[in-house]
Amino acid sequence: MPSISLYLHCHQPQRMKQYSVFDIGSHNPYFDEAMNGAILERITQKSYLPTNKMLLGLIKNSQGRFKVSMSITGVLLEQLEKRFPAVLKSFQDLVETGCCELVCETYYHSLAALYSKDEFVSQVGLQKKKFQQLFGFTPAVFRNTELMYTNSVAKTVEEMGFTGILAEGWEKVLGWRSPNFVYRAKDTNLALLMRNYRLSDDIAFRFSNRGWKEWPLTSEKYADWVNQTNIGDAAQTINLFMDYETFGEHQWEETGIFNFFEAFVWRALDHPQNSFKTLSELIQLYEPVDYVDVPHALSWADTERDLSAWLGNTMQQSALERIYALEKQVKGSGDETILDDWRKLQTSDHFYYMCTKWFSDGDVHKYFNPYESPYESYIAFMNIIGDLEMRIENGLRGKDQALQDEKLVREPVKRQSPKTILEQKGRKVYNKRKARETIVKSALKKKNGKKIDHAEKNIIRSERGKEVLA
Amino acid sequence: MKKSHPVKILMFGWEFPPFNSGGLGVACEGLVRGLASCGAKITFVLPKPVDCASSACCFEFGEDASEKIRIKTIDSLLNPYVNSRTYGDTYRDLVVQKKRNIYARDLVSEVMRYAENAKRIAKNVEFDVIHCHDWLSFPAGLAAKEISGKPLVFHVHATEFDRVGEGSLNPDIYVIEKEGFKKADAIVAVSEYTKRVICDRYGVDQSKVRVVPNAIQADKYRAKFCDLNFKKNGKKIVLFVGRLTYQKGPDYFLRAARRVLEKNPEVYFVFSGSGDMERWLISESARLNISDKVIFAGFLRGSELIRLYQMADLYVMPSVSEPFGLTSLEAMASGTPILVARTSGASEMISHCLKVDFWDTDQMAAKMLAVVNYPALGQCLSENGSSEVDKFSWRESAQKCLSVYGEVSEA
Repeated sequence: MPSISLYLHCHQPQRMKQYSVFDIGSHNPYFDEAMNGAILERITQKSYLPTNKMLLGLIKNSQGRFKVSMSITGVLLEQLEKRFPAVLKSFQDLVETGCCELVCETYYHSLAALYSKDEFVSQVGLQKKKFQQLFGFTPAVFRNTELMYTNSVAKTVEEMGFTGILAEGWEKVLGWRSPNFVYRAKDTNLALLMRNYRLSDDIAFRFSNRGWKEWPLTSEKYADWVNQTNIGDAAQTINLFMDYETFGEHQWEETGIFNFFEAFVWRALDHPQNSFKTLSELIQLYEPVDYVDVPHALSWADTERDLSAWLGNTMQQSALERIYALEKQVKGSGDETILDDWRKLQTSDHFYYMCTKWFSDGDVHKYFNPYESPYESYIAFMNIIGDLEMRIENGLRGKDQALQDEKLVREPVKRQSPKTILEQKGRKVYNKRKARETIVKSALKKKNGKKIDHAEKNIIRSERGKEVLA
Repeated sequence: MKKSHPVKILMFGWEFPPFNSGGLGVACEGLVRGLASCGAKITFVLPKPVDCASSACCFEFGEDASEKIRIKTIDSLLNPYVNSRTYGDTYRDLVVQKKRNIYARDLVSEVMRYAENAKRIAKNVEFDVIHCHDWLSFPAGLAAKEISGKPLVFHVHATEFDRVGEGSLNPDIYVIEKEGFKKADAIVAVSEYTKRVICDRYGVDQSKVRVVPNAIQADKYRAKFCDLNFKKNGKKIVLFVGRLTYQKGPDYFLRAARRVLEKNPEVYFVFSGSGDMERWLISESARLNISDKVIFAGFLRGSELIRLYQMADLYVMPSVSEPFGLTSLEAMASGTPILVARTSGASEMISHCLKVDFWDTDQMAAKMLAVVNYPALGQCLSENGSSEVDKFSWRESAQKCLSVYGEVSEA
């Protein structure tokens, strides 16, 4: 009995401020709370709330015959937790039905898999923890950011204990084979679930396109396509993987997307052969028919299905290199806020905004792109990294200073007159001691909120001079 | 208009490279070449004071085009960037000292005298449509229309609002422009930006104005000059090209330069061009204590200018009001990243550039620093910019003009 598997990906980034070069060193916040809040508010109204309502209704009214899988990034969950608890609750209600499976990914929706295995593993761990904390759910299936996939990513994911992974059902890797079967990742026991991009994109991209020859897409027509694909042994599963925001945001309510989808589900359920399955159920139900070899990076983006939307130009490459070059220092700083900012800056959207591929034409890449141009987003990013580097440096210097101060307090130096020091230990030690005194003094002054006036300074200086020369 | 015979255009222009002092000459040349390549025949009328080098009217148009373009000159002291004061200077030089007194005493009278002469030409030349560029030639165009009854197209490269700003409008010029817009059969604006100025400031109906962008012959700028010695020790160059005058915003450039130098002293700022603000800029850069980083290169043209474009790490066009901004296309074609004021036609048409409000010198400095500090930014701007510039072709602009001629002839 063939299955239909719907998987939705839900994410909103923390968009950056227009950080100027003159902000470097100010340590002003990097992310635009107001803008992110406003955008999220809009999306919850247009998409999250009505979609969750629809999904919950379908589950309840079908007595659990309708099922869905979804992932919600940690970055989004954090924002929902803080500002939109009611929306978070609507996701929790869905998961509670047992008909909604949560799928794991990197907490920060990052490209860490490509740059740092350690960081990748940490972020997956954080996402798992978040699911535990908010949903009491332990995910078994994994999807990497933008369905980025290679053999080696699959290996790492298997090592982390997952049972399955998602990838694009792209002809270049499948060859003559159909995406509608369960496969195995090369040299692993990890189940590989391939996206049926034609049927997925009929909804996600083409649904409201009046230039499309199939427009308007009716639930009847679409159910027919699914049933035709799903006849007998010709398929195990139709994997419909898409952005969650397809419902209500990419395709507005006015296009009829909600009514269409609901009607489609009922039509599909009418057909005795069909059933909806979560991703884990697919993996339990079907033995992999073959393995798939993916030596080069594959994603679900654009016509190329490659990584060029994130690292296609030199700005993107330099930005990514610069942020991952900081890993050691960031982790060495021991500062949680620095670590969190650094990770939020890894969110792939930041690099997507820098894409210049189709910038002149204007297209999906402009979706919620808060910047006037890819160049502006690159400038803001690089300036922010500049500030972050300064914070790390200051932190380290602060640490050194604290250590020194502690030493000073712990073993107070025997007071010696400058003259004795000069005579006994030489100019070098004298200068050092003097420098240290000045630091301590200025620190104290700052603490007391006092400013030394020039006269006072001169007196101190001349007293010293006399002592030294005497 | 009958499609059977080639369109004959009587065009009133102002200057032609290499004897130009700004973008208007470059734009006229490009448009005329484009029109000729589309099969149109053009009689191009130019003002020219008698004592100019006689070679001034030997124009090279190449084999094919030469028979399609005829140049006629009218003895006059006009040039496209003239204003009442500079006209007076020229007048004194030529008329008072050299005792030639055919010219009018003041600018507006000279424009009218020029128009009278235009009538003479209009009587003797065969044409289907009259096309004139900017206010100085509007009276001439109107005179030709009166004589011939042929349709008249006004091509606006700049209005009085762009040139001097609201505060110092010359009422005579404003009236000539307004009258011209009213009487023309169609108006061509070089950008949507200029179309808005024409409609909002002169009360012209939107339907009367067509937008025909300027273009560029990009290959000229692509030949690489390799002796860029100055750059070898890591110095950076930020470039300004244009008349040093209110409209072009050189003062904002200078203020931004100072902000940049506070953060990065390895940057040099080069002004290429001359104009009424030159002396002030020199003394201001001394006052700001940055005169060692500011270079005044004077008015450059041809390969010297291209070389300067190529040397620059960033070209900045901080214009207060710029109908189009051909120099930004020249910089892009040269492979140089550009930063342009939002108050420009170029900024609405070009995607692969940085944009800024001309008055926001902090932002301007921030963007200059970004290009100087982050090499990948300049590289992407340069690569994408030099391919984007190919979408501006004179042939295409000429075709748009031809369709405007078609519309006014049928009406």
